[in-house]
Amino acid sequence: MATYQDIVSKPTPLAPGHRMCAGCGIPAIVNSIIAASDKPVIVANATGCLEVTSTIYPFSAWNVPWVHLTFENAAAVAAGIETAYKALKKRGKIKDDVNIIAFGGDGGTYDIGIQALSGALERGHRFLYVVYDNEGYMNTGNQRSGATPFGADTTTVPAGTKSIGKTQWRKNIVEISAAHRIPYAAQAAAHNVVDIYNKAKKALSADGPSFLAVLQPCTTNWKYDTALTMKYSKLAVETNFWPLYEIENGKVHINYKPKERKPIEEFLKGQGRYRHLFKPENRYAIEEFQSLVDEEWERLLKLEESGAKL
Amino acid sequence: MADKTGWKDLMRGGDLPPATSREYKTGSWRSLRPVLDLSNCIHCMICVAYCPDMCIPVVRSEEGVVGRNGRIYKGLVRLETDFDYCKGCGICAEECPTDCIKMVREEVVETSSK
Repeated sequence: MATYQDIVSKPTPLAPGHRMCAGCGIPAIVNSIIAASDKPVIVANATGCLEVTSTIYPFSAWNVPWVHLTFENAAAVAAGIETAYKALKKRGKIKDDVNIIAFGGDGGTYDIGIQALSGALERGHRFLYVVYDNEGYMNTGNQRSGATPFGADTTTVPAGTKSIGKTQWRKNIVEISAAHRIPYAAQAAAHNVVDIYNKAKKALSADGPSFLAVLQPCTTNWKYDTALTMKYSKLAVETNFWPLYEIENGKVHINYKPKERKPIEEFLKGQGRYRHLFKPENRYAIEEFQSLVDEEWERLLKLEESGAKL
Repeated sequence: MADKTGWKDLMRGGDLPPATSREYKTGSWRSLRPVLDLSNCIHCMICVAYCPDMCIPVVRSEEGVVGRNGRIYKGLVRLETDFDYCKGCGICAEECPTDCIKMVREEVVETSSK
């Protein structure tokens, strides 16, 4: 079993001095994923919070080989790196084994990068794609994305007297990836770094593409105190808003089942983007939110129970 | 496009040495300072794993350090926060299982240390 000691004893791939917001959840995610690799890694990084804050010219916060690319092509570039690596290895120009990891935000994955991602998964390149999901285009100031959940106030779908914010639920990106029949797809959350580490280990040992979606609470645009990032990540899991599960060769396995599901209010409370839902006229939206979460959870439980291949 | 130029003729793209961000001290962003009481620390490494700025150094200590309840903690132990980079977010104080980190306003720390 992995421990915190295993994760922190490795040199961190990210160096201090990067310009992520105080209280950001991304470094914990990146560090624990790369710590899980026992081979050298190559990182392909889609435009997003991580990319723009870690490499402001002339600085770079990366201790590992890292490629800058645009919003949409993280998976395509990772696929290209893998193909080039295989070709060079075949010719004997490279001896070492490497792991190729692509990082993208939810905008670069759910929306803009999905066709590149889908193509790379379908072609079966051996790489790990990680999405750190902060549920919106947070780096450019909180625009709505395909990952933004129901009821959230964003600048493109603002809440007001006529609107409760976003009215749709989010895409299920893990199941979309699993539908490509890849060997490993999983969902994790920022607070449980040991779980992230274990999942990254499994994903990197898979023979083929693997996918990892990690929830990353955003202090700036979810609008809460910087110290509470890990608390909100924990609450997202405890309320079943963001279940921790994995799909291994099509089989669903839930890693954590809360003994007693917390009401969704506990997760929504204190977040500026959900403040409007607590007005008396919007209370119905919280009930709807709760039923959406419960419905998804029931579905997931049934999938696990049936043992059917997804 | 009369002249054919191959990819080898193209100008080389920018490449940077690793971890140059260390020259940019983000500690100046801080308004709250994590004040650590090492005598109550159990060296569980939760703060180290969570720290968004990788500014909690760890070392492997064979002889060990004195922590909570006077116990000697061996192996990986944490040291004082690196204030060159700490942005003062307070995640370490919030998540510490033994509450041995307190967030104190910078000006209070400065006046009390004089």
